[in-house]
Amino acid sequence: MRTAKDRPAPLEYNRRWSMRLWLTGVFIFLYAPLMALVAFSFNDSKRNIVWKGFTLKYYGQLFRNDDLMIAFANSLTIAFVATLLSLVLGTLAAVLLWRFRFPGKAAVEGAMALPIVVPEICMGVAMLVFFSSVVPWPNNLVWPFNLGAIIIAHVSFCFPFVAMVVRARLANFNKEQEEAAKDLGASEWQAFRDILIPHIRPALIAGALLSFTLSLDDFVITFFTSGPNTVTFPVKVYSMVRFSVTPEVNAASTMLILLTVVLMVLGALMQKSSQRRS
Amino acid sequence: MAARESTESRLAFWATALPPLLWVAVFFLIPLGVIWAYSFGENLGLTGVSISGTFANYARAFEPLYLQIFAKSVFVAGVTTLLCLIIGFPVALAIVFASERWRPWLLLLVMLPFWTNLLIRTYALIAVLRTEGYVNYGLAWIWESASWLKTLVGLEPLAPYEPLQLLYNNFAVVFGLVYVHLPFMVLPLYAALDRLDRSLMEASLDLGAGHLRTLFSIVVPLALPGIISGVIITFVPALGAYLTPDLLGGPDSQMIANVIERQFKKANDWPFGAALSFLLMYATFIAIALRAYLSRGKAADAHGI
Amino acid sequence: MNDASPAPPKSAVKPIISFRNIVKKFGSMVAVDNVSLDIEPGEFFALLGPSGCGKTTLLRMLAGLEVPTEGEILIDGQDMRTIPANKRPVNMVFQSYAVFPHMSVADNVAYGLKIDRVPEPERKTRVQEALDLVQLGHLAARMPDQLSGGQRQRVALARALVKRPKVLLLDEPLSALDAKLREAMRFELSQLQQKVGITFIMVTHDQDEALAIASRIAVMNKGSIAQLGTPSDLYEFPASRFVADFIGSVNMFEGTLVRDEPDEAVVDCPELAPHAVHLPHAVPGKVNTPVWVAIRPEKITLHKDSGTPPTPAECPAGHNIAKGVIREISYLGDTSIFHIDTGKGNLIRVSRPNRSRWDQDSFDWKEQVWVSWAGSSPVVLLS
Repeated sequence: MRTAKDRPAPLEYNRRWSMRLWLTGVFIFLYAPLMALVAFSFNDSKRNIVWKGFTLKYYGQLFRNDDLMIAFANSLTIAFVATLLSLVLGTLAAVLLWRFRFPGKAAVEGAMALPIVVPEICMGVAMLVFFSSVVPWPNNLVWPFNLGAIIIAHVSFCFPFVAMVVRARLANFNKEQEEAAKDLGASEWQAFRDILIPHIRPALIAGALLSFTLSLDDFVITFFTSGPNTVTFPVKVYSMVRFSVTPEVNAASTMLILLTVVLMVLGALMQKSSQRRS
Repeated sequence: MAARESTESRLAFWATALPPLLWVAVFFLIPLGVIWAYSFGENLGLTGVSISGTFANYARAFEPLYLQIFAKSVFVAGVTTLLCLIIGFPVALAIVFASERWRPWLLLLVMLPFWTNLLIRTYALIAVLRTEGYVNYGLAWIWESASWLKTLVGLEPLAPYEPLQLLYNNFAVVFGLVYVHLPFMVLPLYAALDRLDRSLMEASLDLGAGHLRTLFSIVVPLALPGIISGVIITFVPALGAYLTPDLLGGPDSQMIANVIERQFKKANDWPFGAALSFLLMYATFIAIALRAYLSRGKAADAHGI
Repeated sequence: MNDASPAPPKSAVKPIISFRNIVKKFGSMVAVDNVSLDIEPGEFFALLGPSGCGKTTLLRMLAGLEVPTEGEILIDGQDMRTIPANKRPVNMVFQSYAVFPHMSVADNVAYGLKIDRVPEPERKTRVQEALDLVQLGHLAARMPDQLSGGQRQRVALARALVKRPKVLLLDEPLSALDAKLREAMRFELSQLQQKVGITFIMVTHDQDEALAIASRIAVMNKGSIAQLGTPSDLYEFPASRFVADFIGSVNMFEGTLVRDEPDEAVVDCPELAPHAVHLPHAVPGKVNTPVWVAIRPEKITLHKDSGTPPTPAECPAGHNIAKGVIREISYLGDTSIFHIDTGKGNLIRVSRPNRSRWDQDSFDWKEQVWVSWAGSSPVVLLS
């Protein structure tokens, strides 16, 4: 056989076996722990290392665990409200920085980017101090208002991400479209609503997805702002993990992974349909 | 007409500007400002803090004990970044040159862990690395097979398998940080390599250079801004990492974030914790400024200015 | 090496490049379909064809940047199968020039020599010589982004030539230049080739460019070589409708071969009826089978309608003529193109040089005219 059919061209690095091996190795490194975690949430053994048979009993325990369910509900509520607020604030911030020229713009730009780069731990302790000594958040409020401090903290680090995504999308907006709308009689607000918002819709979806996941995932900042009555899912899981590796934690983690995957697929589908429309 | 329009646009400006500006000011800058003020304060009793303008907290942060932890944090973050770069570069390269059909899937595979909860990923590592975890289980199996093979040929069996201590030490912290931060490195590298004009690499090969030579004299210099971005984007969160050293580290693998947490939650020394927080923040800003400076220099260089 | 290669070189000269039964597939798409081709030393060879015809793939396989699916490539008699791109004695000028943006002009040119470990003093002189050759000696210290497109191309040329390759490969070398510069560079490229004396292989989609520079051209279509020959071969004796149409402009008439003798052939074309096409020599094809007649616009003469039909040279009366109305005149400066409507289908294109500033017998729109052509002008094509 002297055919060269399977020889890769010089720049087809992905077709070299060494590169494929490397790629496979890295993906095993990234995924094997998660796969094992998911698989063993269905394992009928407390020791959780040898496969003993399929069971859903840990999921049953999960749903009977009231603390965990409350924490889960708290997390979803916080993520939902924080995402809504972040979308509004992030979009406004993006439009502000894209559209207007005003004194001190560079400083505003820097301040808006700050929450993205400040280490989580610093933001966490800042929020702790703020909500305990500067404006103490009353801790006897009814649900969901007792979550207010956490929601505020989450919005503070989520909306700059939304602003970033929306601004990237605005960068390729043809301003003449908006001028045409105004030429045809639209007011400032009408032009914003009818022309600009449809253009940035994909970015809004991406931003919403991003802030929802960021909020749902956050542990460090929440850890410093949550009280005994306002435990979120990651905080609850953290306290469980501290004790030991149990199938119940595996089950809880699997549910959160599933939620993340569903969110990503949903986001991708929405993205696709909104791109098709525009 | 003109007057009406200018009022309208002024109104539009304030309607757009006020909500985000107020939010950032009240719920971000003021909290940070308070911490900053606290870092110059002293403890009064159990909960009170008086801001006396003292530098004692900063002086304390420069005591050998804390300097050592700072140095260790920088070192651990540095090793993490280096490992991410070494592991991630071939991955980014392979994705850039993958076929149209594969590329989005490979990117998705890199991104998916990035979207998965940090706590869960760290927890998954505990399950893998602990003494009764999968790695030790697998190693034990290999050990016992070897032992069995020895008895098969009439030799003494090996001593019973001693599980490796893979968790609660510095190795586990670096392993966990690499595991968590690898996507941070791969994505900017991918973006930089994807922008690279392939004919430049082909020209280099055509002129007689091998692949390694092409990599180091063409690809790396041209992708340098992206590589710097990847390095900083990985280094900054690794430096401030709290969860990974907390869950995977041992008593001697504390990083700066763990010390800060302790000041606020256990030791109740807020002023000192505040000072440490701001030192960490300054370190972060220096890293980011460095990136801006380096990539600006490179951009200017590329344009021959 | 006892391959049954069916591509024996026709001339006695040993070819510098041999493609033997080259096939290249990208997935299920066949980019190059069984191409065999020999290129002789010292040629300025052009691979010409529309985009997607496989010409660039062929060039890239020669450079080692793509790997053929089947077949072999020989450079100076040596099989290239196991030789990687960086070890081949050919160098390439890329379409985008691929000048390294982070190196000065001199460093770009020196790059290949550094890899070959050419010692410093010799390297310096060779770089300077190469830069002088392309008239860039004074810009050695510049960075690429301080150069114009034409200058960058010269850097790419110098960078490839300084390695003294056996063959220089040029991928669409002039396509990124503006029209005026392109004209000048055509001339310069052939001057350069004569000066350095090595084989140049150029890929282009621009037929004017290929005709103007190349000593031999392979016209490619859908992965295969449609015709191989000198520029005048291809223009005057196209082998197929594709080549006739791709190179220059042509009037094409479908018809039936009604007579084929050693000294006379006649084709009946419905579009030209009642007049037949007459050629004073035998043509390919069988009598009573469909053929195509191709006539170049500049080989057709325009006549005022004076009542009697014109009689063109080399053919019997009543043949090689047509009557029609001028539908359109495009004035191009040096020539004018007339579109004649015979009322039976396509317009006949006639090109006529504007020899004097006031044309004595000028033609006008909607004028009744005759056209005619010499018997030796048309070409009969089978495919």
